[in-house]
Amino acid sequence: MIAYILRRIAQSVLVMLVVALVSFSLFRFVGDPVATMMGQEASQADRVALRERLGLNDPVVVQFAVFIGRAATGDFGISYRLQQPVMELILSRLPATLELALISGVLAFVLGVSLGVYTALNRRGWLSAAIMSTSLIGVSLPTFLIGVLLIWVFAVELQWLPSFGRGEVVTIGFWRTGLLTESGRASLVLPSITLGLYQMTLIMRLVRAEMLEVLRTDYIKFARARGLPNRAVHFGHALKNTMVPVITITGLQLGSIIAFAIITETVFQWPGVGALFINSVQFVDIPVMAAYLMLIALIFVVINLVVDLLYYAVDPRLRVDRANARH
Amino acid sequence: MTKHTPSAGFRRLFASLMLSAATLGVAMTAADANTLRWARVGDALTLDPHSANEGPTSTLLHHIYETLVSRGLDGSLQPRLATEWSIHPDDPAVWVFKLRDGVKFHDGADFTAEDVVASVTRVTAETSDFKGLHTSVAGAEAVDDYTVHIKMKGPTPLYVQNLTNFFIMDKGWIEANGVQAPQDFKAGEEKFTVRNTNGTGPYMLESRDPEVKTVLKVNAGHWAPAPQVTEIIYTPIKEAATRVAALLSGEVDFVQDVPVQDIERLSNTPGVKVTTGPENRTIFFSYDMTSDSLVSLPGDNPFKKPQVREALALTLDRDAIRQVVMRGQSVPGALNAPPFVNGYDAAMDAYGKPDLDRAKALLAEAGYANGFSVDLHCPNDRYINDEAICQAFVGMMGRIGIKANLVSQSRTIHFPAIQNRQVDFYLLGWGVPTFDSQYVFDFLVHSLEEGRGGWNGSRYQNPEVDAMIKSLATETDLAKRDATIADIWKKVQEDRVFLMVHNQALAYAAKDGIDIAVHPENQPHMANVAFK
Amino acid sequence: MNRLARAWDSDLAYSFRHSPVAVVAAAVSLTIILAAVLSPWIAPHNPFNPATLVLMDGFTPPMEPNAFTGNVYLLGTDNQGRDILSTILYGARLSLFVGFSAVLFSMVLGITLGLIAGWRGGWVDSLLMRIADVQLSFPSILIALLIFGIARGVIPPAYRETMAVWVLIVAIGLSEWVQFARVVRGAAMVEKSKEYVQAARVIGVHPARIVATHILPNVMGPVLVIATIGLALAIIAEATLSFLGVGVPPTQPSLGTLIRIGQGFLFSGEWWIILFPSIALLALALSVNLLGDWLRDALNPRLK
Repeated sequence: MIAYILRRIAQSVLVMLVVALVSFSLFRFVGDPVATMMGQEASQADRVALRERLGLNDPVVVQFAVFIGRAATGDFGISYRLQQPVMELILSRLPATLELALISGVLAFVLGVSLGVYTALNRRGWLSAAIMSTSLIGVSLPTFLIGVLLIWVFAVELQWLPSFGRGEVVTIGFWRTGLLTESGRASLVLPSITLGLYQMTLIMRLVRAEMLEVLRTDYIKFARARGLPNRAVHFGHALKNTMVPVITITGLQLGSIIAFAIITETVFQWPGVGALFINSVQFVDIPVMAAYLMLIALIFVVINLVVDLLYYAVDPRLRVDRANARH
Repeated sequence: MTKHTPSAGFRRLFASLMLSAATLGVAMTAADANTLRWARVGDALTLDPHSANEGPTSTLLHHIYETLVSRGLDGSLQPRLATEWSIHPDDPAVWVFKLRDGVKFHDGADFTAEDVVASVTRVTAETSDFKGLHTSVAGAEAVDDYTVHIKMKGPTPLYVQNLTNFFIMDKGWIEANGVQAPQDFKAGEEKFTVRNTNGTGPYMLESRDPEVKTVLKVNAGHWAPAPQVTEIIYTPIKEAATRVAALLSGEVDFVQDVPVQDIERLSNTPGVKVTTGPENRTIFFSYDMTSDSLVSLPGDNPFKKPQVREALALTLDRDAIRQVVMRGQSVPGALNAPPFVNGYDAAMDAYGKPDLDRAKALLAEAGYANGFSVDLHCPNDRYINDEAICQAFVGMMGRIGIKANLVSQSRTIHFPAIQNRQVDFYLLGWGVPTFDSQYVFDFLVHSLEEGRGGWNGSRYQNPEVDAMIKSLATETDLAKRDATIADIWKKVQEDRVFLMVHNQALAYAAKDGIDIAVHPENQPHMANVAFK
Repeated sequence: MNRLARAWDSDLAYSFRHSPVAVVAAAVSLTIILAAVLSPWIAPHNPFNPATLVLMDGFTPPMEPNAFTGNVYLLGTDNQGRDILSTILYGARLSLFVGFSAVLFSMVLGITLGLIAGWRGGWVDSLLMRIADVQLSFPSILIALLIFGIARGVIPPAYRETMAVWVLIVAIGLSEWVQFARVVRGAAMVEKSKEYVQAARVIGVHPARIVATHILPNVMGPVLVIATIGLALAIIAEATLSFLGVGVPPTQPSLGTLIRIGQGFLFSGEWWIILFPSIALLALALSVNLLGDWLRDALNPRLK
């Protein structure tokens, strides 16, 4: 087990190095940072000088090596755009994204699993059909449109909820949280619905599909035959057995939550890392782009590691398999 | 596992979210009468006054720092930290500035001539982003506490026009914090000036969270009469729809960048007032008119033929673009200079109606009876409806047989491509911060050499015109200089160097009772805002 | 005729006939797909040819004559004077093409790699799953941005307009294959350890045959869920990309691009530019998804 984890960690480090290398070889296609960093009066010589100072004339491999060398000491450089240390910028924005992702993830998971179980158990009910159909509306429109529509209805017309930003935040250590103030919580409602809607539908449909499969297996029939109450059969046996694919997909969805956070944060002017990233892309702020991608890579390898370990915990058969594979 | 169904926890969470939503209505309206909540598309990049020559950065900094002279609403120069300015009577290469007495920096230090000298040194440093506006400066000298001489490398009769975004810092503060030069990205360290300020302006920095919120409080010790706005809360909102929504829902008081299509709706909304005005920025098409071969049409260059350039001009329906694409919010014209700029000529700016038959005949005359195919490059994130303007022009050209392939990209790719001369037919916008035609000629008309012609993607080359442009920089007889400017414009128009579309217009939207005038450089100043 | 009659009597057709939701969904999606495919013949205008557009027709409300030109359009026009109805038809054709191709691409890639990883295990599995990690580390949006960047560097400008659609397909397809691969891999790992599969291996059945007859049918349920939702997702991903400034050329808007354009006019009163394309997209995505739901239940022998 420990050897397995160590091997996975070594692989993860390799993954992150590859991510960094790939990003560096692609940055030059995003655009030229010098064009956005200098005013229109800058002469050709000024531009050349700035390019030289930024090291943009070096070969990609050299830029990559310099970046890795610095990153190893925790130094990701200075943002071209906001002129502040990249690490500090990202750390100050990260809580906003994590709180948004967490709330919408919990929303999606809890709602998705409960509705999925309900629709599976009441397969022919009209309420199930209604839930299944309406949930699809959420995945049939682009996220940005859903966000703007929510703003229109709840912020402009009804004026119940704020249209942008995080409201008042409270700082605890380096963590700025919006969960402790009224306006902070109110600001979370629309973005987390926008972000969580798609994931909720996916999880719900998946849980339903898996539940329907499992409920027809002999093992469940046997459990029923033994006279176990429905509740125990549904949740103790059936739901537990649907969890492998659900955990896989949910793990993967965390990634897509972070990706779609870029859109949600842009629409709601949510001060998270996603909005920071997209602004950096539009400015070709290479240090921030590189650090963001490394951070996302880190989050992903950790998630994947956890998902794989959860496989072990949930499905004992895999342990046997893994043990066999080693010979 | 079976006892605690997950939905119970969620219900509690949802209930608390809904509860907080219900009580929010009160909190949202509780803004101080003298607080102005200001939203625009982007944030200032830095608080360093000499590090980013960029609109939103300068606009915010004008509240904290001050310049020697400032630009009035009509484009004229107004005294600010300098009360008088003139060219030295004995030496045409020296500018004399008389400074305002009794001005203090936010930290209490007195404003003197030494501060101007230190600021001149800093703005001309290698890492300054404004040094392009000060290339002819040789040095500065404090004659007495309130007189400064700025010595130029030669006569520079319009240098003072370059100073409207030249912010003055305190010499002692610069030295105490070791910020003699603006941010150097190579050093990899953040300068003290990125987050800390010490200006003479009417507002002081209270707090700042980049791209989230910047709060400014009124400076009680400011030399001018106290402004009505005592607190500014500045929040960037990038998405146009969200920005408009924030104004409609009452979460902000003033939106600086209003999408043109929303002007009408906002004007008709009770409680909201929209102010519009011309901006100092032209939008035009350029084409490579001298090369023998185009990137997208190897071996041929139709734009070399004057008939083709004339045909393009006859195809462009400026009124339709104004009416539909710009929703009436633009000033169409034929001269690539905004009306405030010295050298503007209304007669040359007049444009005719499109004439497709004549255009087709001209194309045939030039040997392109069947038209030709070419790439049109366009930014899609820089000017008002830039991509839609290009798209409309593609359609118009299609009607005379020119098949333009629209390549619309981000400014981060579009601008370097123009500077590196990798594109030969493109849309560009040009602001004239000096309010003088020379600025247009230097960058867009003069042939490429060090310090000139950097944006001349037309590859226009005319030694005679080049010589005339060079003479503008040192000509001290302003009447003679204006005559030269008129001659250059005449030549530029004759040769059809640009296909001008229009001057951009600006729209500000604010809550009723807040009076904010449109500034031609898009630099509204909250100290001038009146509550009614 | 005989074959048709047999098909009519089959279980699948029976289940179809007795599911009103499936019938309606099939009718709606077929109508949209047919209308989209036939758009060059049935659309009143060709919105993809800029030379035929009249700018002054822009922002004409539905069924009302334009204030300047007097032209009347059933569903109005957009900001370039394009007929909304025609643009929806042409745009839907483009969106469907992108969607189907991207899903097919990611499905083939994902299932193949997932089966290989799950079946072979060991270092092959590790390698493929780490590639998946790298892939997932890049948000799909960024993958698309980067692929567009590379395409810009590689493809000559003259071909960019025609290539943009293929670049989109690869970009969207590449960002979705991992979903298929992870699910298929998980199922393959579980099935592989079952006795019947091990028995088949012992008696020397070719692995490809075991995969095809035992493992693939077992993963088709989840794969169909992902694929149906993936089609709608691909169409919407294309819209999202256009929100971020990359995608099909503005002169040839897809359904998603049209919605992105219309979103800018949500507050200004030109509701028809966003409403009609959104309805079309909603109807298409909804019916495809409902059809997928029904198909999954119908194909599953254990649900009878």
